[in-house]
Amino acid sequence: MKHTVEPRTRGAAPTRRLSVGSLGSRYGLFVAWALVIVVYGFLVGDLFLQPRNFQTILSERSILLILTLGMLPGLAAGEYDLSVASTMGISFVLVGWLNIVHDWPIVPTVLVALAAALLVGVVNAFVIVVLDVLSIVATLGMGTLLAGAALGINNLIVAGVSDGLVNAARFKVLGLQAIFYYALLFTLLLWYVFRFTPLGRYIYFVGLGRDVARLTGIRVNAIRAGTLITGSVIAGIAGILLAGRNGSVDPSFAPGLLLPAFAGAFLGATTITPGRFNPWGTFIAVYFLATGINGLQLMGITGWVEQAFFGGALIIGVVISRLAARRAVT
Amino acid sequence: MTADVPVLAARRFSKTFGGRTVLREVDLDVQPGEVHGLVGQNGSGKSTFIKILSGYHAPDPGASLEIRGEPVPLPLGSEDPAKLGISFVHQDLGLFEAGSVLENLRVSRYETGLGWRISWRRERSLARQALLRFGLDLDPDQPLSSLSDVERAMVAIVRALERVGEIRRGLLVLDEPTAYLPRDSVERLFATIRRVAATGFGVLFVTHRLEEVFAITERVTVLRDGRVVDTAHTSTLTENDLVARILGFLLGSLYPEAHPVEGEAALVARDVSGADVRAFSLELRKGEIVGLTGLLGMGHERVPYLLFGAEPASGGRMWIGGREWDLRGFSPRHAIASGLALLPGNRLRDGGVGLASARENITLPTVARFLSRGVIRDGEERRGVLRLMDQFQITPAEPERLFATFSGGNQQKALVAKWFATQPKILLLHEPTHGVDVGARQQIFRHIRDGAAAGIGVLISSVDYDDLAHLCDRVIVFRHGRASAELHGAELTRERILERCYGPTETPTRGG
Repeated sequence: MKHTVEPRTRGAAPTRRLSVGSLGSRYGLFVAWALVIVVYGFLVGDLFLQPRNFQTILSERSILLILTLGMLPGLAAGEYDLSVASTMGISFVLVGWLNIVHDWPIVPTVLVALAAALLVGVVNAFVIVVLDVLSIVATLGMGTLLAGAALGINNLIVAGVSDGLVNAARFKVLGLQAIFYYALLFTLLLWYVFRFTPLGRYIYFVGLGRDVARLTGIRVNAIRAGTLITGSVIAGIAGILLAGRNGSVDPSFAPGLLLPAFAGAFLGATTITPGRFNPWGTFIAVYFLATGINGLQLMGITGWVEQAFFGGALIIGVVISRLAARRAVT
Repeated sequence: MTADVPVLAARRFSKTFGGRTVLREVDLDVQPGEVHGLVGQNGSGKSTFIKILSGYHAPDPGASLEIRGEPVPLPLGSEDPAKLGISFVHQDLGLFEAGSVLENLRVSRYETGLGWRISWRRERSLARQALLRFGLDLDPDQPLSSLSDVERAMVAIVRALERVGEIRRGLLVLDEPTAYLPRDSVERLFATIRRVAATGFGVLFVTHRLEEVFAITERVTVLRDGRVVDTAHTSTLTENDLVARILGFLLGSLYPEAHPVEGEAALVARDVSGADVRAFSLELRKGEIVGLTGLLGMGHERVPYLLFGAEPASGGRMWIGGREWDLRGFSPRHAIASGLALLPGNRLRDGGVGLASARENITLPTVARFLSRGVIRDGEERRGVLRLMDQFQITPAEPERLFATFSGGNQQKALVAKWFATQPKILLLHEPTHGVDVGARQQIFRHIRDGAAAGIGVLISSVDYDDLAHLCDRVIVFRHGRASAELHGAELTRERILERCYGPTETPTRGG
């Protein structure tokens, strides 16, 4: 049965009237998530279904979600920032080094860590927008440089982050750690910008058609630079929160989050507004992946599972997004 | 063309797609040596007919097809047209851009020597012969990218003919080959087409441009709503007759009536310089429609972009709305704030984003209007867009539909709506009717005229001399980056424009 229904989200829906098929593609990931939960419920049973497990799933991956959300404005504007994870790493390491090794109070520590992330963003923006270097190339270099720099600052795992930060990250509301709520807040904030403000519109157009945007009077370069800097700063925040959540700092940990972040962003682009990067889709995607991995771990399959999941998700996400975009035009 | 057996005789071609009949009982025949025009609005069934001939669609039962008098079973498979001697050249030409002329011509028919080695010497000479046969003096090893647009189109035609090899009296189907060609090169293409027809081939020529129908076809078939309205000898028709058949009603006139021009200056530009343009000055009055034209590369096509700040200017000053600007630092943001609007020639690269919805494209410069308490009001935006779609006759009136899915004419109308919504004082247009069908063209002209009547100053850069002659109050012809002539009043005709473009001592020559 077909009805004409006004799409709830902005007009990225394909041209046809809403039908069971297109509803499926728009909320498919959500349905997949529900299915995964049901399946694991059968396979693993109580160990999976208990509330504490879900709290773990949601809390554990919140940092990843924040990092991924930070990437969205850049991706929507057509810029690929491969240095976000390493930027997170720099802020992460700086908290460990200043707060733990050098006994700095937490507040100046956080400020320096944020400033470092901001600096990275500004340098990236300069190289990409002013010097006109392709974003993938510039940030690949920057990311590698930062990963090394992090180890240069402090190559030991250190523990003992100030209570102030630890509590800010870990205090629980309804059984969920505070970082989950920060992630939720970022999701809502980005959703507001992308969905309800002219800026969100402009960002999408910069990504979809830079010349059109420029000829319509949009400040293309300011938007490109702004989204890159935003991504870096949010990555810095993620790093700081990670230090709080863990209470310790492992300088080699952060760069490994790059692929999962991309996977979450691309998989998120297959749902809610298929073909476009969007915050709620990313929210669902990251937790869908987290749930998937969690269940397998509970079944005793560990180690290689995470990488396989994220890698596979990235491929599937890109393929489905392409198909959605292509189908919408025919 | 008396008792000759037609190259193509299609009878009762019909096609229904799930309840929608797009083609009804179409009969069409093409005689050997004839250039037969096929015209009709978007949705008239032209492309469905062509797709049946190419084997892409199967016609409904009851259709029959004869090629050179021999009945041919339907539906056609994808290999059949070439075997029957039917070849196609589409708008996008289908050429392999990174290759040479030779590679493009011979790609499916390489002559191989022993052991599958390609005999390049032989290939080269065969290619040169083929090209010369149609008046093309080209080096086969030339890269395709070094050719002009019209040479490319001619290579595409020669390639299409090569594909059908030794068959005489085949059929060449040209599907809007001139849509993106500069007007002044079209004559060269026609010379090639006439030579093709002279060899005994039939040519089926699909176009939106009426003057081409009159220039090159012997007969023309008009489709409307899937039916043949008429097949007539072109010499018996006038332009009005043709338009009336295509649209189903008399337009009154393709071009709306002129309005008197107000005196006040809307825009004054002095010594504008940039790529291809040298020290050009212009005074555009409110309500005036000024055309800029010339041969390609003479600079007129750069002026709208220079005035809009879309391209860097090396010099020039501009006065609008009481303010003076140095064009060297001018940007599209400044332009829009000053009341300028630009419709670029490359619609899908510079004008609108195909993968965004019509609504998003149309409201892009004015979306802040729908902001209320920090949030864009969806309902108001949608209503605003529907109003514009109604006012500018954009169909289908579905705001959420992706921009790329609209026809060229409707896309252009949407972009016109986009810019009119900004309430511009000056409208700059570059090739506004490229790839736009007759009905949409007329609607766009009406909107331009209405805008001018309301006081907008309009500047159109185009090589469509007919459009300019009928629509503009005056036309400035460019040569080598400068204004070389200005035409108005009784002097403003297509022929006079042509003369001025080529210069007082040169006249446009017919044939390649």
